[in-house]
Amino acid sequence: MAKNVGRIVGVNGNLLTVEFDQPVIQNEVAYAVTGKVKLKSEVIRIRGRYAEMQVFEDTTGLKVGDPVEFSGELLSVELGPGLLAQIYDGLQNPLPELAERLGFFLQRGNYLPALDRSKKWSFTPLVEKGAVVTAGEALGKVPESIFDHYIMVPFSFPGRYTVESVAPPGDYTVEHEIAVLKDEHGHEHKVSMLQRWPVKRPIRAYAERLRPSEPLVTKIRIIDTLFPVARGGTYCIPGPFGAGKTVLQQITSRHAEIDIVVIAACGERAGEVVETLREFPELTDPRTGRSLMERTLIICNTSSMPVAAREASVYTAVTVAEYYRQMGRDVLLLADSTSRWAQALREVSGRLEEIPGEEAFPAYLESVIAAFYERGGVVRLKNGEHGSVTIGGTVSPAGGNFDEPVTQSTLKVVGAFHGLSRERSDARRYPAIHPLESWSKYTGVADPELVERARRVLRRGNEVYQMMKVVGEEGTPLEDFLVHLKAEYLDAVYLQQDAFDEVDGATSAERQQYVFRKIVKILETNMTFKDRDAARSFFHGLTQTTKDWNRAPMESEDFKQIEQKIEKMVAEVTSYV
Amino acid sequence: MYKVYHRIEQIAGNVITVNAAGVSYRELAEVTSAEGVSLAQVIRLEGKRVFLQVFAGSRGIGTDARVRFLGHPMQTSFSEALLGRVFTGSGRPRDNGPAIEENMVDIGGPSVNPAKRIIPRNMVRTGIPMIDVFNTLVESQKLPIFSVAGEPYNQVLARIALQAEVDVIILGGMGLKFDDYLFFRDTLEEAGALSRAVLFIHTAADPTVECLLVPDIALAVAEQFALNDKRVLVLLTDMTNFADALKEIAITMEQIPSNRGYPGDLYSQLAARYEKAVDFDTAGSITILAVTTMPGDDVTHPVPDNTGYITEGQFYLRNGRIEPFGSLSRLKQLVNKRTREDHRTIMNTMIQLYAGFKETLEKQSMGFRMSAWDNKLLKYGEMFERELMDLGVNIPLEEALDRGWRILADCFEPAETGMPSDLLEKFWPREARPQDAGEEGGEPPAGEAEAAEQPQKSENDSEKEQEKASQE
Repeated sequence: MAKNVGRIVGVNGNLLTVEFDQPVIQNEVAYAVTGKVKLKSEVIRIRGRYAEMQVFEDTTGLKVGDPVEFSGELLSVELGPGLLAQIYDGLQNPLPELAERLGFFLQRGNYLPALDRSKKWSFTPLVEKGAVVTAGEALGKVPESIFDHYIMVPFSFPGRYTVESVAPPGDYTVEHEIAVLKDEHGHEHKVSMLQRWPVKRPIRAYAERLRPSEPLVTKIRIIDTLFPVARGGTYCIPGPFGAGKTVLQQITSRHAEIDIVVIAACGERAGEVVETLREFPELTDPRTGRSLMERTLIICNTSSMPVAAREASVYTAVTVAEYYRQMGRDVLLLADSTSRWAQALREVSGRLEEIPGEEAFPAYLESVIAAFYERGGVVRLKNGEHGSVTIGGTVSPAGGNFDEPVTQSTLKVVGAFHGLSRERSDARRYPAIHPLESWSKYTGVADPELVERARRVLRRGNEVYQMMKVVGEEGTPLEDFLVHLKAEYLDAVYLQQDAFDEVDGATSAERQQYVFRKIVKILETNMTFKDRDAARSFFHGLTQTTKDWNRAPMESEDFKQIEQKIEKMVAEVTSYV
Repeated sequence: MYKVYHRIEQIAGNVITVNAAGVSYRELAEVTSAEGVSLAQVIRLEGKRVFLQVFAGSRGIGTDARVRFLGHPMQTSFSEALLGRVFTGSGRPRDNGPAIEENMVDIGGPSVNPAKRIIPRNMVRTGIPMIDVFNTLVESQKLPIFSVAGEPYNQVLARIALQAEVDVIILGGMGLKFDDYLFFRDTLEEAGALSRAVLFIHTAADPTVECLLVPDIALAVAEQFALNDKRVLVLLTDMTNFADALKEIAITMEQIPSNRGYPGDLYSQLAARYEKAVDFDTAGSITILAVTTMPGDDVTHPVPDNTGYITEGQFYLRNGRIEPFGSLSRLKQLVNKRTREDHRTIMNTMIQLYAGFKETLEKQSMGFRMSAWDNKLLKYGEMFERELMDLGVNIPLEEALDRGWRILADCFEPAETGMPSDLLEKFWPREARPQDAGEEGGEPPAGEAEAAEQPQKSENDSEKEQEKASQE
């Protein structure tokens, strides 16, 4: 086959204009050649004989007239056993291997295979000769970390296939042929454990999509009880800098009750990725007793890495998440931050001289964001099992103002909104999710009726507080003042959570239900005090004791004792009128 | 071997266009005109047309100026000989020393592989209690100082530079006033620190394009020192000028502006510089402290806003002090558990009590009656501001912690501070109110009544004067 080669006619930042003769495909991958280095790039617009391409690398040194080799393939990722516990850049190059080869710096033009070609996996066939299979159905399995990793009929295979042969149990590398399939026209296709899939196309090899209904337990009380996330749902965390977005995601990635976590560090600080990558191997996943890293996969394109690859990184991450979903796993994708990805779109759009939308973001921003979040969901697979991809994205709005285009476009498509507020983080009320502004369309772990009652206390408490700012404490009736104290109590002992405390840092669903019922009961108890000071000091004491309660393990003797103490304290001030 | 081009097709802003072949992107060129010789860099290729950004500006360039391409991108020399020298943004000597052209390295190189970074673990001591105690600076951290024009930010930078225990100091000055440049040079020289410093200075009078080069060249040199096992501190002042230079060029190049005229890639541009801060797995480190002036004291302005998202915390400089609220060192937890056991407790307790002091001030200004507790807080706040917050205070961390204990003991009963009892047992000063206990011969204590009556905020100026007086 003759190579399709074009010539550079223009360079502007990371955007190339390339003249071509033979057909090219929109979003096709091509390599710009300068000296010995080949730079990966993607076609993003075609005009007449000219293709405009974004380069995933620094373009220094490219000349007019340099050749560009078109590959005929869309931007794809490799899927197969060995993805878990890996650290990839946005184009799925394994970073530790790159470091081994190249040292400290990410030299451009170096691409390594994402999956280890020499590692052998112990394969067990699950089908026999003569079986009829379609895309996404399992042919066999290999053990990977704590799971069975299913080797599936490649998702790109249309129609039905008959299994001609399948490899016997044994150890094979990812490229080894493990089955031969015959299509309806009698052509034979060889299949290995490795398959490729274009990142920008959702994987659809499942029976049907379902409505997300089961809560995903994150062990963060304010989320699970007040603003829950469903398995297969989507949520976003917008917040100004320093409000704790990244910490919140790190906590979630640690404690969430989920099979696999894919972290897409998109255009954020390298230091944060380093923390995950150095700490996770040391931490134990309480559910499996194995290292947390074994269920984690990091795709990182930090802020100083090339911008075009930043855009690719979120797609790489979601494709890998979908791949594991196809095996019946529950996958959580955490993208930090989607604003950086949107900015990457803006940079390219600007270079293409497209007519800008609001704040110079491209007009298609909304549909791109919607399409991304739509890749989350619960599906029923062809074998009847369920799998899900839950997507949580942070948003970094300019100036902390939620009215900007990225936040607004995201809010339209997600199922839950965890808005972080500067006031709360300044007051060290963590997690700084705003209890009145946030919302969720999913059902959480607690009784919705109780949640509504707790919310009412928060709202009333806030009204009283606003009023108190004007008329002062002296002008506030004791009754109202009590509502304020109760709201503050709920905030302090339930909504706030000490991430650094071993027990308080992660509250199980069972404990949340138990404690929440107790606390709502306290909130609804009629109390009498002689004056405001007495009420205030009572609640100070109660808060202190309840916080101790939060720090006691649920099965411990302490837990019961403190609980009794709280009951006694409340009984002393209860009025039975 | 180099071809010389004579015909300039277009001159717009600081960008000139020539028709040339075989030119590579980001290549350097020499432009010779009646004004002299200037370097220029290729910033766009379009068929035969080559767009060049002229470092010295386009003023005085004729359409017949000569352009000679050099065949390599922007480079800087790296050797020990750089130490003690002063250069411009494009790397020419600004002092009267010779040009250094050995061992050239490219500037703006590739980013560090995250797999080769390590979690930072060393504290950088500055002698400023508001930093050391409350927002500890950590080796390899990138931290901006958010400030309003007119605050003594360059003085703070210079002090940190002199006191920080680092091997090499690199100063990148962007749009500096000439006297600020002299201030830095003289301060470093007097303290004998010039011999371990390299200065890249762009003054307000120099061509804008050179301003853009300052961070890149400073960081490229820093990176080389760090690779040679040196701990490097890079000071950049002022990054807002850098961002404004970016804006100027972007608009000249007819790019679509995104927010208040700044280009859409402002975040990426700033991040590419700040992310050079690093602690290498098996070599030295780079710590970056950068001043970002906030136009109109507005933290939501695109420059401080984008910076805040990139950096690991920030120091707010306001009224000549580093504000305890809003200032944040995101990495402090990594080091302050190993300094002294009381460090974290002192940090939290003193800030909480100071917050109480601020509330009391508000109450006072609204005319509420002051309780006994309020009066204690008022005394405490005043002492805290004078003995720890004041930028004139220059003591090591341990002494600052001791001083914290003494202030607490002077103002409160042990139980009122809410500190864990084992720490109180160990650190609470024994003698009741030992105002003249002998250590550090500090300032004489102010009268309590005076402290309680002091008006807040309404007269910033008089307050500042008082501080100056106390500094001397």
